Amino acid sequence: MTEQSILSVTGLSKSFRAVKAVRDVSFSIPRGKTFGLVGESGSGKSTTARLVLRLVEPTTGSISFRGRDLAELAPRALRAERRHMQMIFQDPFGSLNPRMSVRETLVEPQLVHDIGTPSERLRTAERLLAEVSLPRAALDRFPHEFSGGQRQRIAIARALATNPELIVADEPVSALDVSVQAQVLNLMRDLQDRHGTTMLFISHDLRVVQFMCDEIGVMYLGEIVEQGPRDRIYGAPAHPYTQALLASAPGKGSGQRARLTGEIPSAHAVPSGCAFRTRCPHAFDRCSAEKPMMRDIGGGQKAACHLLDKAEAA
Amino acid sequence: MTAHISPLAAETVSPGAARKAVLEVENLSLAFRNADGLLPIVTDVSFAIAEGEAVALVGESGCGKSITASAIMGIAPDNAEIGGTITLNGAVISALPPKDRRRLCGRHMGFIFQEPMTALHPTLSIGRQMTDTLRHNLGLSHKDATDRAAELLDRVGIPRARDILRGYVHELSGGMRQRVMIALAISCGPSLIIADEPTTALDVTIQAQVLDLLEDMRRELNLAMLFITHDLEVVGDFCEKAVVMYAGDVVERGFSADIVRSPAHPYARGLIDAVPAHDDGRTRLTPILGTVPPVGQWPEGCRFAPRCGRADAQCRTRPSLERHGVTDARCWHPLEDRP
Amino acid sequence: MLRYLGKRFLLILPTIFVPLILVFLLLRLSPGDPAGMMLGDQATAEQIAALRNQLGLDQPIWVQFLLWIRGIVTLDLGNSIFFREPVMQIIPRYAGVTILLAVVALALAVLIGVTLGLISAMNRNKPIDRGVVTAAVLGISLPEFWFALLLIFVFAVTLRWFPVAGYNPPTAGLIAFGATIFLPALALGVRQSALMTRMMRSSMLDVLNEPYITTARAQGLPESTVIGRYAMRTAAMPVITVAGLSAGYLLGGAVTIEIIFALPGLGRMLVEAVGRRDYPLVEGGVLTISLVLAVLNLVIDLIYAILDPRIRYQ
Repeated sequence: MTEQSILSVTGLSKSFRAVKAVRDVSFSIPRGKTFGLVGESGSGKSTTARLVLRLVEPTTGSISFRGRDLAELAPRALRAERRHMQMIFQDPFGSLNPRMSVRETLVEPQLVHDIGTPSERLRTAERLLAEVSLPRAALDRFPHEFSGGQRQRIAIARALATNPELIVADEPVSALDVSVQAQVLNLMRDLQDRHGTTMLFISHDLRVVQFMCDEIGVMYLGEIVEQGPRDRIYGAPAHPYTQALLASAPGKGSGQRARLTGEIPSAHAVPSGCAFRTRCPHAFDRCSAEKPMMRDIGGGQKAACHLLDKAEAA
Repeated sequence: MTAHISPLAAETVSPGAARKAVLEVENLSLAFRNADGLLPIVTDVSFAIAEGEAVALVGESGCGKSITASAIMGIAPDNAEIGGTITLNGAVISALPPKDRRRLCGRHMGFIFQEPMTALHPTLSIGRQMTDTLRHNLGLSHKDATDRAAELLDRVGIPRARDILRGYVHELSGGMRQRVMIALAISCGPSLIIADEPTTALDVTIQAQVLDLLEDMRRELNLAMLFITHDLEVVGDFCEKAVVMYAGDVVERGFSADIVRSPAHPYARGLIDAVPAHDDGRTRLTPILGTVPPVGQWPEGCRFAPRCGRADAQCRTRPSLERHGVTDARCWHPLEDRP
Repeated sequence: MLRYLGKRFLLILPTIFVPLILVFLLLRLSPGDPAGMMLGDQATAEQIAALRNQLGLDQPIWVQFLLWIRGIVTLDLGNSIFFREPVMQIIPRYAGVTILLAVVALALAVLIGVTLGLISAMNRNKPIDRGVVTAAVLGISLPEFWFALLLIFVFAVTLRWFPVAGYNPPTAGLIAFGATIFLPALALGVRQSALMTRMMRSSMLDVLNEPYITTARAQGLPESTVIGRYAMRTAAMPVITVAGLSAGYLLGGAVTIEIIFALPGLGRMLVEAVGRRDYPLVEGGVLTISLVLAVLNLVIDLIYAILDPRIRYQ
């Protein structure tokens, strides 16, 4: 929305036949910042990540990246844009081609986008390895020779190979042990600081998101229900779902948790009105009749909940 | 430096009652025999769990926690050689032949596994799986077993129990499946429940529900629980005691509140520091440098020494598990209680 | 469930019609005059013309096609030129034998395959496992006719346990029937039993590693139940698939076996009819075989749906 935004998504939706996986999602990320999408199963966060990169075709909506609408681009132009946006996946074992050496893995993106001469590409590969703290000898090795954390480093190096402006990270540390997680998260922070990369960070782990992200969007059943700067979301969550999410997280001591009852509804049957009403402890009649609109509650924080209207009216 | 450390059972005298020990594990060791000889996986593990008590077995991947659980259950692989003693309700079970050992499962020990989608049979009905257990272990008739199964499902918070009994695993959500697993685990009235990462695969809000359920069941049925996890925060919430494992060793053991607040072993400290904490303004996490040594490549002496900032020449000999402050730790240079 | 079966039923139609259309076209479009070939060199022009008229070969091809379809629908496939009887009366005489042969061969194959595969899987890498695997490899490599001749030589000629050739229908008594069907069925099914042994072994080895088997054991269930009910249920599925695919192979291989053992089956009948250019009989034979295959596959699909509830809802 502002001139500073590298990525600005408006009204993004995706339906797979009867399932509305992503519904009317809008957010923007200023250059060099990290935006986190947090949510549970069926929230649509992973699908949103793929929509942003147009790995999945949006049903409606616009994706403004570097000033152009990705959704409108023709295939060739889209391919050219891809060099500026890269992705890191969750599974360190599946996202690397087992038959390609590390060197080939790091050179390939440069090759695809025709960057530099062969010797320059190789030098870049070496530099990338050093940046992710892997030894030069790794170039000739294959993915199966590395641990999960090391593979994820290779994946990060690969993502940086084309010097992208945007990196979308889909649960990049979820499959790693705690101590390795810390290493990789530190690395991602350092690299971001050094290169000024903008990041879209998807995770279900609230603790990780709190550490990594400047601004956060909380998703439930395909929609963003609350959005805002990190400290406000974690310090003063406005939406009942965000509150429940934070309260359910372990580490609060048992007995203090406000339990959310019921199961997450299936995306095939999204409840009418406010999708969260079936589990919300504060639901009232308006919640089933009318879908709440996203409203500004100050400090850059927004939430979609009828309770907020009530509070204001009161 | 004693080789045999008395199990925690002696210290389970919590304010009030002296609780009876349900599970006692003493000097448990496990090694795989292969072409090259004996490959140690787990060495010298000792702990105890009393009635109504939850003890966590904490560690990252490769520390040996899951295989320790398998050894207790009696389902370790055939080529595993197991040493030490395992006592259940006063009876030594580690010496039993495998067939008798298996008979304890279900009736005296119940299990909850991580991925309920794959841990329950995909094409047999839920009811069938529950009644099979009930009929075999308790000798119930088909009708009685079905009634009891419905009762159990009800108790774990599954609505429309009779319908669910006729249904299949793939028809249920993750939280529901785990509730079924819990129902199955407690169905024959065991005194010990072993839960292997029961909530790791679940969403946060569902995780909280399931942990609450486990807590209720534990209190209601006075169950002893062995809770295997890698998540320290769950340990802090849910388990009174914790046993921290690293590369096949027990490195720290004690009340979880003590371990989380002021750990003695540098690894435990590292684990706690590595977690992004709430309300934290840190710009960098403090990871543990290096990686876990794989089985068969353990260093001589203290296995954590290569990654430990406090290691010195003394650490080339393996430390024994000793009392340091309020916890037991296996370390020559344990952290002091000062923050 | 009904929808599933309905869909499966519709798929039978192409399975039956495609071979028939091919046979139709091949016979009529091949060079030379079919009527002349059928009657031989001594036939007069009038006889040939009469036969051509009788077979409708002087009509335009699309008319012939329609007449032929009508014949199928009204179950009037014409008369065999050689036997001068309606095809519909000749076929059942022979079809019965072939179907019995194939069924017994399949049953033997499944029995041997499942048993040996199970024993093999339960005793992995022990001598008996290695023995079974070796035997299976041999079994797959054996040509049936060679194996058939070997069986005749050993069991019929040398040991005199079985008759060398000939056929006793089941009406002649079970032992008499069994004596004439056992060796042929064994020879016919040897390859399939080897395949099923391997299938069962690998399937069972996979299943034994599945978490639900661990759970079943953790419930304290006896090993016989764990293997017999929990493991077999899922391990058997691929074997059933192989059984379904085998059916086609068995029906085809029946021809050679019928000739070697002098069994009056469909295969032998077809070969002789083709040699005599007895087109109506050839067409009738092909139709019958296609039909039997299709029905067999439908039965297999039904068994699938019974064993795996997840399939019913597709």
